[in-house]
Amino acid sequence: MKQEFPKGEINLIKGRILAIKGDDIDTDRIIPARFLKCVSFSALGEQVFADDRKELKGKHPFDLDQHKGSNILVVNDNFGCGSSREHAPQALMRWGIRLIIGESFAEIFFGNCLALGIPCMTASKQEISKLQNLVNEDSNQIWNFNLKELSISNQKESFRLNLERGAYKMLYSGKWDATSQLLDEEEKINITVKNLPYLNNFK
Amino acid sequence: MSSGTLYDKVWNFHQVKELPGGSTQLFVGLHLIHEVTSPQAFSALNEKNLEVKFPNLTIATVDHIVPTLNQQRPFSDPLAEEMLATLEKNCKTHGIKFHGIGSNSQGVVHVMAPELGLTQPGMTVACGDSHTSTHGAFGAIAFGIGTSQVRDVLASQSLAMKKLKVRRIWVDGSLQKGVYAKDLILHIIRLLGVKGGVGFAYEFAGPAIEKLSMEGRMTICNMAIEGGARCGYINPDETTFEYLKGKEYSPKGQKWDKAIKWWKSLASDSEAKFDDEIRLDGSSIEPTVTWGITPGQGISIKEKIPNPEELPKNEQQIAKDACKYMNLEADQPIEGTSIDVCFIGSCTNGRLSDLQEASKIVKGRKVSAGIRAFVVPGSQKVAKEAKQKGIDQIFLMAGFEWREPGCSMCLAMNPDKLEGRQISASSSNRNFKGRQGSANGRTLLMSPAMVAAAAINGKVTDVRTLLQE
Repeated sequence: MKQEFPKGEINLIKGRILAIKGDDIDTDRIIPARFLKCVSFSALGEQVFADDRKELKGKHPFDLDQHKGSNILVVNDNFGCGSSREHAPQALMRWGIRLIIGESFAEIFFGNCLALGIPCMTASKQEISKLQNLVNEDSNQIWNFNLKELSISNQKESFRLNLERGAYKMLYSGKWDATSQLLDEEEKINITVKNLPYLNNFK
Repeated sequence: MSSGTLYDKVWNFHQVKELPGGSTQLFVGLHLIHEVTSPQAFSALNEKNLEVKFPNLTIATVDHIVPTLNQQRPFSDPLAEEMLATLEKNCKTHGIKFHGIGSNSQGVVHVMAPELGLTQPGMTVACGDSHTSTHGAFGAIAFGIGTSQVRDVLASQSLAMKKLKVRRIWVDGSLQKGVYAKDLILHIIRLLGVKGGVGFAYEFAGPAIEKLSMEGRMTICNMAIEGGARCGYINPDETTFEYLKGKEYSPKGQKWDKAIKWWKSLASDSEAKFDDEIRLDGSSIEPTVTWGITPGQGISIKEKIPNPEELPKNEQQIAKDACKYMNLEADQPIEGTSIDVCFIGSCTNGRLSDLQEASKIVKGRKVSAGIRAFVVPGSQKVAKEAKQKGIDQIFLMAGFEWREPGCSMCLAMNPDKLEGRQISASSSNRNFKGRQGSANGRTLLMSPAMVAAAAINGKVTDVRTLLQE
């Protein structure tokens, strides 16, 4: 069954984990450029990691039966570097991912995920590696993510996760969709405009 | 925390308010859009029944999907045509100026906006493209955004952002003959790593930076993002003002004098505080080439491909992956590596001086047999000026193809692609797996002059051996 896209307050996410190993996985790999030829994001879910999956001929984590329906992705260092394409988190989200845990994330990717209501949580290299090994041993484990407690746990193990304060607040309060907040106080935008020399003949 | 830097000053001018989540609502002075990352933003705007708040502060062009051989409409690729038609329609509906095919001002967005004088010191510039950092060359805060943020900027001319830390990268000395801005930035990314800049804006400063032309400066700032820094910038100076003077959108008359006064006041103060500082000597940098699958995997032309076992532990795995993917052997010199395709162009190196420098290497010589070499000017203006100077003829006579402007093989969202295991010498910005359109195609990043040298010899070549008067 298809999950709904994130909306409102993000706090509890429950589900199974799949892991993608490797540092510096760029957004060209998450969604190769040829799939950006579209005016809607709707078809991207099937195309996520297209070239990596083709190369592994069905052995890629996103193709393995045991990971069908998984909604938590565990990655390594500098995940999502390169192009700013929101198509990358869109593709992950449309495949079913609702939470990403990694050693670190590229900045634009992190922001793009935040704008979709997908938390990008960090943990140490050792913790990530331990988590990845646990998933390798048993991918059927159900994990409970708790944003408020900054943790993910199953019946036996619990891992502490980190998230910078701003993103935490936005997700927890449900105010990660920025548009309405930005439109909140139009007058303040107009004041900024009035004080910008280059929009006022450099007066 | 930084203070007194250009970044701080420009940030303060554009701060609208603090948002509840702790980020800042930042006003965007120039919003650039193109066909790839804007259609879904316009759809979202329509769904929310919102208007474009300041249509005059958004400028559009088409670049990623345009074919470079035949730009007749409709494009032969129906998907590409649909994307362009969608952008045209959205611009028309919302009253946004569109620089389209045949307008004489179309081009790669990061080439055409500066040459029109749209990009100016002190602005905030946002675009749904990570290489927006390019515009920082003018002393602007310029950064790439995702499609949700494109929607936000269209709706409110602002976005939610956290202030970055500022790292000054001070480059002493001056670049040697045959060494270009591209070599310098590849060298910097090699030193600081592909994620060294995460959380930072890079200020590039020092004698070697000041001596660069605006086009060289754009190459540097363009690739700040490849080092993880969302924006890079250079303080505005006489070189900046000279470049902007008389450009279509530059201030004129009395406004020009006032503008210069303001622009000068924005440069980082002599006692500015940086969160981090790094110093290096530009005179010792040699032509630099990437050998791997991240822009940080660069070495000088005189070096050997590193042995993964001898690298720091955290670089070993990616180096092993790179050797395997590139089919290059550790401890072998990069010089002499055989090449199949040579590409000169992109938002990094598709400007007039890039083509000019490369043409000096090519002049009177022939492309090596079996090599496919082509030049893609960054914009219609670059193409026109290059033709006026006879640069196109130099390339054509040597056996290069001369194409129409676009992003071309930098990211292969158009018919220009590597095939199979082909290996390219490329003046673009990314050597990621599959980046140039073939799932197992390979890319060596280098300066346009180095690409030209590779085309002539059919292999990676030290351009300094081919410099001619």
